[in-house]
Amino acid sequence: MTSGPLDGVTVLDLTEHIAGPYCTKLFADFGADVIKIEPPGGDPSRSVGPWHQGTPGPERSGTFFYFNTNKRSLVLDIEHPDAKAVVERLMRRAHIVVESQPAGRLDALGLGWRRVSSLRDDLPMVSITPFGHDSPYRDYQVSDLVLYGFAGEMYSIGVQDREPVKMYGTASLVECGSAAATGAMAALTAAELQGVGQHVDFSMADAQFNGVDRRHAATIGFEFAGRRSLRAPGPAAGMLAGVYPCADGYVEFSGAAIRIPRLNEMLGSPDWLQDDKWWQPGVNLIPDLVEEFNAMFLPWALERGKREIWAAAREAKVLCGPLFSVDELFEDSHFSDRGFWSTVEHDELGEVKLPGRPLIMPASPWSIRRPPPRLGQHTDEVLAECGFSASEIFKLSTSGAIG
Amino acid sequence: MSLPLAGIRVIDLTVVWAGTFASTLLADLGAEVIKVENMHVWQPMTRGGQARPSPALVKAGAGWATGYPNSEPGPRPWNYCPTFVQQYRNKHSMTVDLVSDEGREIFARLVAESDALVENNASGTLEKIGIGPDFLRQAREDLVVLRMPAYGSDGPYRFARALGVHLESVMGHTLLRGYPDLDPSYITSIFSGDYVAGAHGAFAVMSALRHRRRTGEGQLIELAQAECAGGMLAQAFMDFSFNGVVQGRTGNRSVDGFAPYNLYPARSEGDGADGGDRWISISVLDDDQWLGLREAMGDPEWARDPELRRNEGRLTHHDELDARIAEWTATRDDYELMHLLQSHGVPAAPVLDSSRIYDDPHVEHRQLNEAHELYDGVGTFRFNKPFFRFSETPLGIRKPPVALGEDNDYVYREVLGYSDDEIAGFVERGHIGMDYDPEIP
Repeated sequence: MTSGPLDGVTVLDLTEHIAGPYCTKLFADFGADVIKIEPPGGDPSRSVGPWHQGTPGPERSGTFFYFNTNKRSLVLDIEHPDAKAVVERLMRRAHIVVESQPAGRLDALGLGWRRVSSLRDDLPMVSITPFGHDSPYRDYQVSDLVLYGFAGEMYSIGVQDREPVKMYGTASLVECGSAAATGAMAALTAAELQGVGQHVDFSMADAQFNGVDRRHAATIGFEFAGRRSLRAPGPAAGMLAGVYPCADGYVEFSGAAIRIPRLNEMLGSPDWLQDDKWWQPGVNLIPDLVEEFNAMFLPWALERGKREIWAAAREAKVLCGPLFSVDELFEDSHFSDRGFWSTVEHDELGEVKLPGRPLIMPASPWSIRRPPPRLGQHTDEVLAECGFSASEIFKLSTSGAIG
Repeated sequence: MSLPLAGIRVIDLTVVWAGTFASTLLADLGAEVIKVENMHVWQPMTRGGQARPSPALVKAGAGWATGYPNSEPGPRPWNYCPTFVQQYRNKHSMTVDLVSDEGREIFARLVAESDALVENNASGTLEKIGIGPDFLRQAREDLVVLRMPAYGSDGPYRFARALGVHLESVMGHTLLRGYPDLDPSYITSIFSGDYVAGAHGAFAVMSALRHRRRTGEGQLIELAQAECAGGMLAQAFMDFSFNGVVQGRTGNRSVDGFAPYNLYPARSEGDGADGGDRWISISVLDDDQWLGLREAMGDPEWARDPELRRNEGRLTHHDELDARIAEWTATRDDYELMHLLQSHGVPAAPVLDSSRIYDDPHVEHRQLNEAHELYDGVGTFRFNKPFFRFSETPLGIRKPPVALGEDNDYVYREVLGYSDDEIAGFVERGHIGMDYDPEIP
C-alpha cells in the first residue's frame, strides 16, 4: 500500500482534549507514527460522550474515537520521578514534539523547551495553549465557548436583542487544531531541511484573532473606518440571502440578486420577474423591492423540497445549500459514493463508521491503519522499541510510572 | 537560518477566503506566493464586492463588509477592501490576461518556475480557460497542485456554487448551531469551513512537498471543503454513528453536558449609546471549577445547595443557575469578571466586539498587529501579523497587503526573464497594469 506523505515521521504527542489531538490526528492519518502519552486516567476526552450505545467507558467515547485514530497510547504519569527518563528517551527518537499541557507545566518537570533543546538541536516542539507561553493571560483557561467569544467573531453572530451564539460542539477548537498542524508541519519542514529545532508557541486565541471567519475583516474594518460589526436585527432578509423555509425543511441562499439572470433561470422565468425593476443594478439594496421579492419567492420555496430547490440552484449556478441533518448526510449518496466515510474495526466496539479523509492526496494518501488506541495499549511495545528491557519496564510498572 | 518555506514558490489562483487563507499561511511561513490576477476579469468577492463601490456604499454598513479606509473608496478600492485585505500580506501580485493565448504562454513559464499552485475556483473554471491539470503537468511535471472545490470534482454536487456557509448547511452544521428556541431562519452565516479548509490546504501542500522531496513526484490534491469541515462536527457524527442519535441545537451550552456553560450579560467601561450589549462567557468544566465560581461570587446561599456539587445536579438546574449567575454578572465589568473568575480557576472571558481588539492587553503584549502603509498612500493602519510564534525562524510581515499588479516588474523581469521590449509589448496588449478595466463597475 502507498504510504502517506508523513511516512517515517515520529511524533511525540503530549496533547489532550480536542485541539492538540486534532493536530496530531492529521499527522497520524497522513502516515506519521504518533505516540500519545496519556496520564493514568487517560486523555480527558475519554471521559466525555457521545458514548457507544449510551454506555460510558474509557474505550467508548465518540470524541476520543474520532480525534485519536492511528495513534499509539502509552500511559505515563509524567509527574512520577521515573517518568523524566522515559520522556527523554522518547524525545531522542522523535522528529517533532507536540504538547498542550498548561503553560509552564513541562518546564516545571524539566521537560519543557529548554530541556528539549539541550537534548537535541534539531527537534522542534509545538506548544498549544489558550493564550501562549508569553501573555498576561498565560494561566487562563478556555472552553470552545470562552475562546470563540473572546477571540473569534462570535460577537456578531446571532440577532441584536439576544446574546451572541457560538458554533456547534467544539468547532473553534478544531479550527485551532488544524492551524496548529500547519505550524507543526512548517516546523518539521525547517527541521528536515535546515536541521533547526525550535519552539513553536501556538496560542489558540491568536489563531482565532487572525481567523478567516470574518474576524480578520471585522478587525480591519474597525481600524479602517471606525465601524463595528454587529448582530443583525433579525433573520437575514436580503434578496435571497439567509435561511428560508421550504416544503421539507430549510435552504440557505446568498446574494443571488447580484446575478439576476441566474436567479431568473432557477425560478423558471416567472412572468412577475420579467419586470424591468428587478433587473436594475443594485436591486438588492432597495428595501421595498427586496421585501416584495421575498413575498413572491416564499410560495415557490414552500412548494418545493430542499433537494429540488438545490438542484434548480445548482443548474442555474445560484449560491445555495440545503440544511441537512446528520442522518440525511449519512444517507447522502454524493458523499458515500465519493468515499468520504470510513469504517474502522475496533476490539470492543466492532465496526465503526466515521467521517473520513479531509482531503485526497492520491500519491501519498490519507488512511486509517489503526483504530484509536485502548488506554495504554502500546505502553510496553513503545518502551521496548525505545530500548527498555523487560525488567526495566516491569520496574516502571511497579513504581507506578507507567500503566 | 531561513523561514521554513524559503525557496518555495507558490502560484495563487485563489478566491474569497478558503483558498486565500491557505496561501496566506504558506506566505507567512516563508513561501514566495504570487497572486496571478487579471485586470479584465472581476472575480467577485476576492478584491471586494465590486471593483468600484460608490462613496455612499462605503459610508454605511458593517465594518467587515464596507469599512474601507477612512470610509472612502480611495483611488483603487480593490487594494483595500476590509473583507479581504488581511489576506494579502506577504504576497506578490502579477497581472496577466489568462483568457488569451499569450497570457497562457506567460503563465506556463511561471508554472515551470514554481513548486505549487493553489486554487479554489468553482469546479471546471481552470479547464474552461485552458489551464487545467494537463496544462499544468505539461508545464511542470512535479508541480504540487491544491484544488479546493466545495463538494469535490465528481458526484452530483460537483458544480454546486457555494460559500463556506452553504457547505456547512449541507454538512449539518447550520442545523446544529444557533438559538434552540428560535426558528432556523434566525441562524447567522458563519464561515468556519473557510478556516479549516485554508489551514488543511496549507498543511496538505507542505506534506505533498515532503512527498516530492522523497520521491520526486508532484501530485494533484483535492480538498472538498465540505468534507474538510467534518472534524468540526465530530461529536454529532459519532453520536449518530454509535447511537443513531440526531443531536439538536444546544445554543451556547456544552456539547459534553458540562454546567453551567453559557454567556451572561455584563457591562464594560464606556458602554456608550449602545446600552452595553456586553457579555461574559463562563464555562464550568468540573466540580472544582464550580467551587471556584462559588468563591468568586462570594458563595451565595443558593449556590450551597448540595445538589449542585456534582455536574449532574448542575445540568438538571442549568436554567435556574443561568438566571442566578446572570443576576450576579449583569452589573459587573466584563474584564474584571474575567480576571476574578480566572483567578479562581474558572474559564471565562468577555465577548469582544471588533472595536475592543486592538486595546486588549494580550493582543498588545503579543504584538498581534503591526502598522503598515497601504498602497497609493491611502494611510497607515494596523494589520494582523502571522500568528505562529517560531523561536528560531520568526515570522513577520515581510510585505504589506499587496496591490493588484504591484510586483509585475519583479515577476516578469526576474522570475520569468522577459526583456524590456517584451514587457513593453505585454503592457500594450493588456497583460501588465495596476487597474481594472474602466468598464468594470
